[in-house]
Amino acid sequence: MKPFRYDRAEDISGAVATLAREPTGMFLAGGTNLVDLMKLDVVRPDVLVDVRRLTSAEIEDLPDGGLRIGTAVTNSELAADRRIRSRYPALSQALLSGASGQLRNLATTGGNLLQRTRCAYFYDTTTPCNKREPRSGCSALEGCNSGHAILGASRYCVATHPSDMAVAMTALDAIVHIHGPRGQRQIPITELYRLPGQEPQHDTNLEHAELITAVDLPPAFSANSKYRKVRERASYAFALVSVAAALQVRDGVVHDVRIALGGVAHRPWRAEKAEDALRGRPAAHESFRAAAEAELAGAAPLRENAYKVPLARNLMTRTLLELSGER
Amino acid sequence: MTTITERRAIGASLDRRDGPQKVTGTAAYAYEHRFDNPLYLFPVQSRVARGRVTRIDASAAEALPGVLVVLSHENAPRLADASDRELAVFQAAEVDFRGQYVAATVAETLETARYAASLVRVSYSEEPHDVELRADRDDLYAPERVNPDYPTDTEEGDFDREFSSAAVQIDETYTTPMEHNNPMEPHTTVALWEAGDLTLYESTQGPHWTRGPLAQAFGLDPDRVRIIARYVGGGFGSKLLHANTILAALAARMVQGRPVKFALTRQQMFSGVGYRTPTIQRIRLGAGQDGRLTAICHDVIEQTAKLKEFAEQAAVPTRTMYATRSRRTTHRLAALDVPVPSWMRAPGEAPGMFALESAMDEMAIRCGLDPVEFRIRNEPEIDAELGLPYSSRNLVACLREGARRFGWAGRDARPRSGQEGRWHVGTGVASSTFPTIRLPGSVARISYAGDGRYFVEIGAADIGTGAWTALTQIAADALGTGVEDIDLRIGDTSLPQATVAGGSSGITSWGSAIFEAARVFRDRHGRGPSEGDQAEAAAPDNPDAGNYAMHAFGACFAEARVDADTGEVRIPRMTGVFAAGKIINPKTGRSQIIGGMTMGLGMALHEESLVDARFGHVLNHDFASYHIPANADTGQFDIAWIDEEDTHVNPMGSKGIGEIGIVGTAAAIANAVYHATAIRVRDLPITPAKLLR
Repeated sequence: MKPFRYDRAEDISGAVATLAREPTGMFLAGGTNLVDLMKLDVVRPDVLVDVRRLTSAEIEDLPDGGLRIGTAVTNSELAADRRIRSRYPALSQALLSGASGQLRNLATTGGNLLQRTRCAYFYDTTTPCNKREPRSGCSALEGCNSGHAILGASRYCVATHPSDMAVAMTALDAIVHIHGPRGQRQIPITELYRLPGQEPQHDTNLEHAELITAVDLPPAFSANSKYRKVRERASYAFALVSVAAALQVRDGVVHDVRIALGGVAHRPWRAEKAEDALRGRPAAHESFRAAAEAELAGAAPLRENAYKVPLARNLMTRTLLELSGER
Repeated sequence: MTTITERRAIGASLDRRDGPQKVTGTAAYAYEHRFDNPLYLFPVQSRVARGRVTRIDASAAEALPGVLVVLSHENAPRLADASDRELAVFQAAEVDFRGQYVAATVAETLETARYAASLVRVSYSEEPHDVELRADRDDLYAPERVNPDYPTDTEEGDFDREFSSAAVQIDETYTTPMEHNNPMEPHTTVALWEAGDLTLYESTQGPHWTRGPLAQAFGLDPDRVRIIARYVGGGFGSKLLHANTILAALAARMVQGRPVKFALTRQQMFSGVGYRTPTIQRIRLGAGQDGRLTAICHDVIEQTAKLKEFAEQAAVPTRTMYATRSRRTTHRLAALDVPVPSWMRAPGEAPGMFALESAMDEMAIRCGLDPVEFRIRNEPEIDAELGLPYSSRNLVACLREGARRFGWAGRDARPRSGQEGRWHVGTGVASSTFPTIRLPGSVARISYAGDGRYFVEIGAADIGTGAWTALTQIAADALGTGVEDIDLRIGDTSLPQATVAGGSSGITSWGSAIFEAARVFRDRHGRGPSEGDQAEAAAPDNPDAGNYAMHAFGACFAEARVDADTGEVRIPRMTGVFAAGKIINPKTGRSQIIGGMTMGLGMALHEESLVDARFGHVLNHDFASYHIPANADTGQFDIAWIDEEDTHVNPMGSKGIGEIGIVGTAAAIANAVYHATAIRVRDLPITPAKLLR
C-alpha cells in the first residue's frame, strides 16, 4: 500500500474543501471496499479525508411520507429499520443479501453506493483494465466474463456494478443528496451512475470532492416490493443477477410497477421498457414474461455470460408473479 | 499382528485436548510466536508466464527507510542443491510460471516490505507461454508412475472386446476444474539463522518431512535445522515444502540473527503452494442385461508443470472399486508453463471418483437398476489390482446403512419426479474409497515422568485434524493408563522423527510407533517404572502389508434442490456412512467427515480456479471470487460409522479418515441434481449457468 495522509475535517464543508485541494485524495467512510483496493494498489490516494463522523447517521421521516437516510447510516441499521422493513421491504432484503454481518456493520449508505466493480481484472493490477488505467484495454471483453454485463456495456468496459442496495434504491426512485465544492444538489439515483461508454474510469457523475450526504426515498407507491438475488452459493457472494421490484395491481391489472436489475450492467439497471410494457396489462405470467423479454431484447451477451439472459428473464417473471400473489 | 486388546480411551468422544488453547487464542501458530526484533518479507511475483528476468531495479525500494534488503537471483545466496526446480528460488533468471517469485523485500514492518515490493521494477524478456489443458493436445505423455507410486496404466482382461460386445454401454467424458487448497491459516514461516543453525516456525503438515529437503537445499546437516509446528491451521495437502519456505530461509540468511516473518496473502495462495490439476476423464463402462459390469475403462488427462512433474492418480480408485471381467486405466499429462500441481485432499480419489461414480449412476439408470443395488451387484471378491483379499471391505454395509438412514427406500427413480413449489428435488448416491496407508519411518519415545504420568513424544503434526487428542487416546490404551496421565509432545523436529500428516496416514503411522514404543517400554520397565525410565521404538513394517488390500470405504447420499427458474442448487441434507476400522475418536472423526463432505460440496457447486490463458495465472485469486461453501450452504449432516473390526491394518484397528469424506460427495450431488432436473452435468462445478434452460 502506498503511504497516504489521513485527514479529518470539522464539518462537511470543511471536508469537501479539503478534498477539493487534493486532486488524488478520496473520502473515507466505512472503508470496507476502499481499504482493500488500496492494499492491492488498485487505487492509490495520497490523502484520505474521513467523513464518517461528519455525516448524518439518522433516518428521518420526511413530511411527504418518505424517508431521508443519512449517508453514514450503516447497512445493518438501514436493513433493520422498522420503517424500511414495512414500507420498503425490497431495500431491507437487498441489504441483508449483501456481504456479511461484520461488513454490514461497518459499511455505510454512501460507501455502498460508491463501491467499485468486482471485475477480477480491475482488481488485478498485472492485467490491463480501462477502468483502473484508462486506455490500457479491457481484458474481460475476450477473457473470463461469466460475471459480466449483458446490457449497456461498451467495448471499453463490460464490468457490472456490485451493489445490492443500489438496485433496490433504483427501483424505489431514490434521490441522492450531494454536497460539493460548488454547493449542494440533488439527483435521481438513475442519474448518479453512468454507463461505461469510452470512459469507464468514471463509475458515477460525481465531480471530484463531491460528497453524498443523504438518500431520500419518496413515499412508496406500494409496500409490495421484493428483492431477489441469485448467486452460486447461498450467501456472501455478489449477484449473478438480482431483481428489485415493486408492484401494484388493481382488479387484476398492473396499475404501477418498478423494476431494477443488478449484475447485468455497469449500473443498477432500471427496467423501464419492462415497466412500460406492463402498465395496464393483466398481472399474469404471460405479460410478466413478455415484459421481461422486452427489457432483455437489447441484451448483448459475451462469450461466457449468455446464461444471464434467461436467468434475468426468469427472475423478473417469477418475482413479479410472486408480488402479484401467485406462487 | 499384535493389536490393542483393551480399548478404553480409543473409541471415546474425548473433547479436543487443544480446544481450550485454540478458543482462548493461546495456541501459538507459526506467525504468532513473539520475537524482539522481527523482520517482514514480501515477495515480488512474475508478471510473465515464461521468459527471463533481464533487469531488476530495486533502487526505489532500497531507498525506502526501513528496508534492509531486496533479494533476487542477482544477490541471493546460492543453494547447495537446486536440483528440485520448484524449490530453486532466485537461483536463475528464468521464469517458469506467472506468479513465480522474482524478488522479495525484507523490512522492519510488513507495511514497508509490501510497499517496497511494489516499487521493485522488474524487466523481462518474455517468451510465448502455454497454459491450456486440452484433450486434443499432441504432446500428452505417460508419466513413469503416478502419485505416490502407482503404475501409470493397468490392463486386465480384454477391454476392447468386452466393451464392444457389452449389452449396455456408457461412454462419457467428465471434467473437473483447477482447484486450490485454501486452509484458513495461510502458508507461514518465521525463519531465523544463528551461528549456522536454522530455526523455522513453520505452518507445515510434517516438520521432519519439510526439514529433509530444506536441509538438502541449503547443504546443511539436518541436525542444524529445527522446525517447530505445534499448531497448524489446516493444510489439505498444500503444506509441505514449497518455494515460500525456501524464500523465507534465504532471506533470513541475509539478515543473520534476526527472525524473518513471511505469511502468504490469500492472493498469493493461488500461485506456488500447490493445487489440484484440472482433469479430463473419459469413462467407458460395459454391462450385461443383468447389470453386471464386464468392462471398465478410465482414461485420465491432466496437467503438470514443466518445472516439475506431479501426476495425480485419478484413475487409481477405479482399479479397486468394482468387479469386472476387463479393465483398463490410463493417465496422460500435458506439461505446461504453470505452477506445480500437488496434493489436495484425496488427490486421485476426489476427481476420479466424481467421474466413476457419475458414470455408475448413468449405467444404473441405463440398466434400469437402483443405483444402490447396482453398486452392490458389482461388489468384488478381491482387490483386482493386487490380486489380494481385502483386510476388510464394508462398502455394501455402508450403502445399505446409508440407504436406511437417508430414507432411500421407495424413491421414485424417474428424473424430475420430485417437485416442491419451485424446487426440483432429487436424491443421489455415490461410493467412496480411500487407501489405508502406513508410511515408514515414524519413531516414538515414551518416558516416565513419575506420579503415574508419561511423556509421549513424536514429531507428528496436528493440522486441525484432532491428532493431539487421538494420539493421546492411543498412548493411554497402549500403556494401559488414563488419558489424563499422558503428556503428549508433537510438532517439533527436536522430537523423534515422524512421517507427514498426509494420505490419511498420520494416525496409522504415528499410532503404530506409539504402540510399539509402549510395548517396548512395558517389556523393559514393567508396570511400575521409575522416573526417567524411557523407551523409543519405530513403527514396525506391517507384516500383513503384502497379504491384504487395505482401504476404507463409504457411501454418500445427498438431496439436491434446484430452483426451476434460476438453476440455484441447494443441498439441504447429506448422509455419509463410513467403514474405516476402529474410530479412535468419534467426535473429532465426525468433524473430519463434516469437513471432507463440505469440501466435496464446494467441489460440486463452487470451486473453480479461473485461468485466462492470455496471462496464465489464476484470476479469481481471493475468497470474494473463488467460492467455497458458506455456512448457509451446508445443511444437515447425518454421519455414521460401520462397526468394523480390522486386525490387519495396525494395532489400533483404525483406517485414515482425513480424506474419505470428500471422495463421493461431488458425485452424489451431481447424481442428485440429475435426479432432480434430468440434466446430467459432467463438468464441475454445477453452476446455475449449466442448469438454466
